[in-house]
Amino acid sequence: MTLAAPPTSVDKYASAFESLDDSGIPAWLFAIRRQAWSNFSDLGIPIKRRGNELWKYTNLRPLADADFEYGRIGLVSLDQITSKGPWDNAWDTVVVVDGNFSAQLSSLKARPGLTAGSLADAFAVGTDNVESLFATLAGRENYAFTALNTAFAKDGAYIGIAADARLETPVHVVFVSSDLAEGRATYPRLLINAGENSSVIIVESYINLSESPQLTVPVTEIFASSAARIRHYRIQIENEKSFHIGTTRVHQKADSSFTSTSFATGASIGRNDIHTQLDEPGAECKLHGLYMTSGQQQQDQEISTTHAKPNCTSHQFYKGILSGKSHAVFSGRVVVERDAQKSVANQKDLNLMLSRGARIDAKPSLQIFADDVKCAHGATAGHVDRDTLFYLRSRGVDEETAKAILIRGFADEMLDEFEPAALREFVERTTDDRIATLLAESDILGTI
Amino acid sequence: MPRFLAGALAHSTSHKTLDQTFRPVARKNKMLEIKNLRVSVLDIDDSEILKGINLTVKTGEVHAIMGPNGSGKSTLANVMMGRPDYVINEGDILYDGESIINLLPEKRAHFGMFLAFQYPAEIPGVRPWQFLKAALDAKADSRGEEKMSVRDFSKLFDEKVAAVGIDPQLVKRSLNEGFSGGEKKRNEMLQLEVLKPELAILDETDSGLDVDALRIVAQGVNSMRSPDRSFIIVTHYQRLLNYIKPDVVHILVKGRIVKTGGPELALEVEKDGYKQYASVGASA
Repeated sequence: MTLAAPPTSVDKYASAFESLDDSGIPAWLFAIRRQAWSNFSDLGIPIKRRGNELWKYTNLRPLADADFEYGRIGLVSLDQITSKGPWDNAWDTVVVVDGNFSAQLSSLKARPGLTAGSLADAFAVGTDNVESLFATLAGRENYAFTALNTAFAKDGAYIGIAADARLETPVHVVFVSSDLAEGRATYPRLLINAGENSSVIIVESYINLSESPQLTVPVTEIFASSAARIRHYRIQIENEKSFHIGTTRVHQKADSSFTSTSFATGASIGRNDIHTQLDEPGAECKLHGLYMTSGQQQQDQEISTTHAKPNCTSHQFYKGILSGKSHAVFSGRVVVERDAQKSVANQKDLNLMLSRGARIDAKPSLQIFADDVKCAHGATAGHVDRDTLFYLRSRGVDEETAKAILIRGFADEMLDEFEPAALREFVERTTDDRIATLLAESDILGTI
Repeated sequence: MPRFLAGALAHSTSHKTLDQTFRPVARKNKMLEIKNLRVSVLDIDDSEILKGINLTVKTGEVHAIMGPNGSGKSTLANVMMGRPDYVINEGDILYDGESIINLLPEKRAHFGMFLAFQYPAEIPGVRPWQFLKAALDAKADSRGEEKMSVRDFSKLFDEKVAAVGIDPQLVKRSLNEGFSGGEKKRNEMLQLEVLKPELAILDETDSGLDVDALRIVAQGVNSMRSPDRSFIIVTHYQRLLNYIKPDVVHILVKGRIVKTGGPELALEVEKDGYKQYASVGASA
């Protein structure tokens, strides 16, 4: 008889959990947290890769071995935030510092149909019956990181959009890690509840003011009621020593539309795990994103959609630019259940490889249990060939500029999706900065 | 050393090297002179393709280089433009009396050379407008000239788009991606007309074109013919030369120019094919 290995690194989080201040939290939340902790302590950090499809390609050992403090909240100024991430004074902005809502830094206009603010407040007063939504999409299942986040859930942001409200000004939720010197763990939580026939633009961004290794384990739950339209952007630009293991869970009712574009360039190990559940007929989702990796970075996209009912449409389209000795993973999954006739699903992942040392593991998959569906998938890893480079140079563009133009050209299709002007400007600027780094670590661009 | 630079630098013969400040003066009677040019493919032994080419093209002239498949026509066109995939074993290329074989392709473009590609690269995400503006700006920069304003450039671009008959919607998208063969060639002509080179080399621009597209290419070249500009038209077939009347025709076979003559030479090829030159190529 062999003894199963004990779950990894649970002890590192146990004392923080035990010292949580539970005063004032509602009993229902207390119960959810206890259960989540119990789940996490059974699971531990998933370092086992063999036979573990979810973590087959990404090595979490560095995360499991690291120590993080919990609970301190640093001081952050507005200037620090605006200089680091996307910003527009006209937006409604919710700022969450080290996992805690900051009323002082947030700027919220009174806007009919919008409830935006602290998740802790929503828990306390029971806004929009939050109890019936919280942790119904993420936190009760057997998954270490949503369990860990949920065990520590006490604050974050709540965004409610009333039925029929059409909000044209973006709502920006910024999760900031303050510049305290020590490595800390934070568990940001965001809950978005879009009422029937409402429409909203959400920018969710993760920025890091500290230069030390941080652990950010965010969970976002998004509820799209019938005919709701949600345009969502996710910006992950944490420092390159940090770990960012994000989970987004989306539930879509009839004729709702959810479009999400992710921009992931940060973190030592970055994970963008998003699942959309198309749970009633006529729902549509578009999941897009751009990831760029350099140095030793690992960037992991775990993208999945379940078609549960007929006449739903899903699009997954991601692009990666990889240089140095970095590693990216694209795992795309579409499940079409037996009832989901007339489903349309497509899936695409294109990668531009700039160095010999970079590596992409792309794993597109379709699981189809219905017979009347239209599905397509594909993945490529390509490079800039010398013919292309010569073509540009023959017109008078010097070699370095030509390479930058080509990389930027590859990214542009995704950058075009960032519609709010300030956001677009931010992702373009960040991409151009990144291209300089990517080029510096490139050794095969235009040589093959 | 990065591999892509190798071709431009790894010549076996020594030449007067032109530095980056090289700025040819705009004047007439410039000449392209190719002298005993022998060229191999980079990193492939015994791959000599050009076996001693001699060619002189004076400003204002239109030369046609004709030859069968595999004769080295495209190699010659690409080597003139500085493609890094070849090694020059012997000989030289002079422009206005100065050797250019150690110049990077972009430098050659700056002083007024242009190559219309047989197979233009498809470049997703790069918009023709942006790309051409960048090319024009780089040229102006290198010559110490003022850059064209965005407004003036837009006007010029729109004019030329109309002139070469490209669908304006098409050039808003990616460069050459999703273009038909004809559209790609029209796009090469668009670039030619915007960049206004002193010496334009057309590498089999006529291949894969229908008669209408052929006319447009010819129209572009004819409208740009001037005493300050020369053309080298590389082609397999005579038919493009029905629309563009060359001053001089060269027959290239197995890496050597085996015959040079007037426009009538093209008709001779049309009638009797290249076979008549095969023995000349082999024995020369």
